[in-house]
Amino acid sequence: MSAPFYVSPEQLMKDRADFARKGISRGRSVAVVQYLDGIVFVAENPSKALHKISEIYDRIGFAAVGRYNEFENLRIAGVRLADLRGYSYDRRDVTGRALANAYAQTLGTIFSSGGEKPYEVELFVAEVGSGPTTDQIYRLTYDGSVADVQGYAVMGGQSEQVETHLGEHYTEGLDLAAAVRLAAVSLGQDATPARALDPGQLEVAVLDRTRTQPRKFKRLSEDVVAAALA
Amino acid sequence: MLPASFRVAGSSSFSEFLAAQSPELLPSSRTGDASSLTGVTHGTTIVAATFDGGVVMAGDRRATMGNVIAQRDIQKVFPTDEFSCIGIAGTAGLAVEMTRLFQVELEHYEKIEGAVLSTDGKANRLAALIRGNLGMAMQGLAVVPLFAAYDPDAGAGRIFAFDVTGNRNEERSFHSVGSGSTFARGSLKKLYREGMSEDDAVTATIQALYDAADDDSATGGPDVARRIFPMVGVITADGYRTYPDDDTAAVADRVIAGRMSQPDGPSAPLI
Repeated sequence: MSAPFYVSPEQLMKDRADFARKGISRGRSVAVVQYLDGIVFVAENPSKALHKISEIYDRIGFAAVGRYNEFENLRIAGVRLADLRGYSYDRRDVTGRALANAYAQTLGTIFSSGGEKPYEVELFVAEVGSGPTTDQIYRLTYDGSVADVQGYAVMGGQSEQVETHLGEHYTEGLDLAAAVRLAAVSLGQDATPARALDPGQLEVAVLDRTRTQPRKFKRLSEDVVAAALA
Repeated sequence: MLPASFRVAGSSSFSEFLAAQSPELLPSSRTGDASSLTGVTHGTTIVAATFDGGVVMAGDRRATMGNVIAQRDIQKVFPTDEFSCIGIAGTAGLAVEMTRLFQVELEHYEKIEGAVLSTDGKANRLAALIRGNLGMAMQGLAVVPLFAAYDPDAGAGRIFAFDVTGNRNEERSFHSVGSGSTFARGSLKKLYREGMSEDDAVTATIQALYDAADDDSATGGPDVARRIFPMVGVITADGYRTYPDDDTAAVADRVIAGRMSQPDGPSAPLI
């Protein structure tokens, strides 16, 4: 019987991280931008049925890149967690921070456990507050790290070019159309020369604090997106 | 950390998830002997009527506990999603819990599936929840909701009534449940017109509740001194909205003014 090769923990973690990163970088990017009345998610996604952006709860939205089955699994778990908590306590007791924590622990455990392959996903969890200062955006990576993001963020394949462009042109207090336009132009910066994305290729949703209903999440139709891009 | 059971691929139903995860939170887990209970709050009369392009539901504001008035301004009409609402009669505690579960059930399905349940699908889910309460109903703690929805496919309002075993009856024009329902239904029968306008339908339901309160001791009439009036919800193609208190008060004031000269309300032609 041959002795198993020794692999140092550093190497093991690096291999797992490379594996996850490679999977994530194959997909298109998702951008999240704070605007005057809330938070807008913009993803490049030609599919009208398989969403990258979803509603979790009243004020909480979710966006993901990477392997569909894995982030869909996490999305459903998040909806279950939020609905169970809201049902047993109160709707106000469901927070984005608690959900981001649950995701972070789950992703971290999967990443470092030997039994399962790491998830090839990155997530945004965003919660819209009563004003721009209380908005929260969390960015979660495949290894369970969490970052609290301000203003804008991008994840997915070639996200660096996209994020650079977004950072150079982002200003506080954008209106919705300007935020959608900025995100769409930025998402096209992943190639040289930059691509122009048409509305049909974009999935756009907002957490709009001015909505009168308790549920602040709303998908924007292709017509509305087209009007914003024009 | 998300428990492993949260990540299992499974049903889009919240109540099924709850049954597997935390069965003690389900209304149907109540199994004690409740037959000798006293001091249980009961909700009384709910009416609903369809009109051209939607449906209106109204409920009086009284909750009773035996011969005592437990509450004068209870809410008995609840929106359950954008295009539906529920009015509760019977044991208030169980009915409110069932309503909350039903609200989460509809929203959960919508979020997981990315699509809204059909109106019949919603009514069937509610029937299943009512059936789950059968054990309690046999001990006298019945919950009998009235369900109303705007059906975007049909482009019309629909009303569903249930019995304690979850039997579902669709009513085309109007219906009423609760202790004063006999009187309210009789009243609506004479006041209802096919294709009536939204304003007329609201007036008709408030007239019906007035008649119910006139003859049923457990139904609360308009409380002029405290300015407490029936709660009215309207569902149209634009979704559910609660009638503002001022609007309901204005309708109720007109109804009361009419009753000053005709205490039994408007009379219908004989033939």
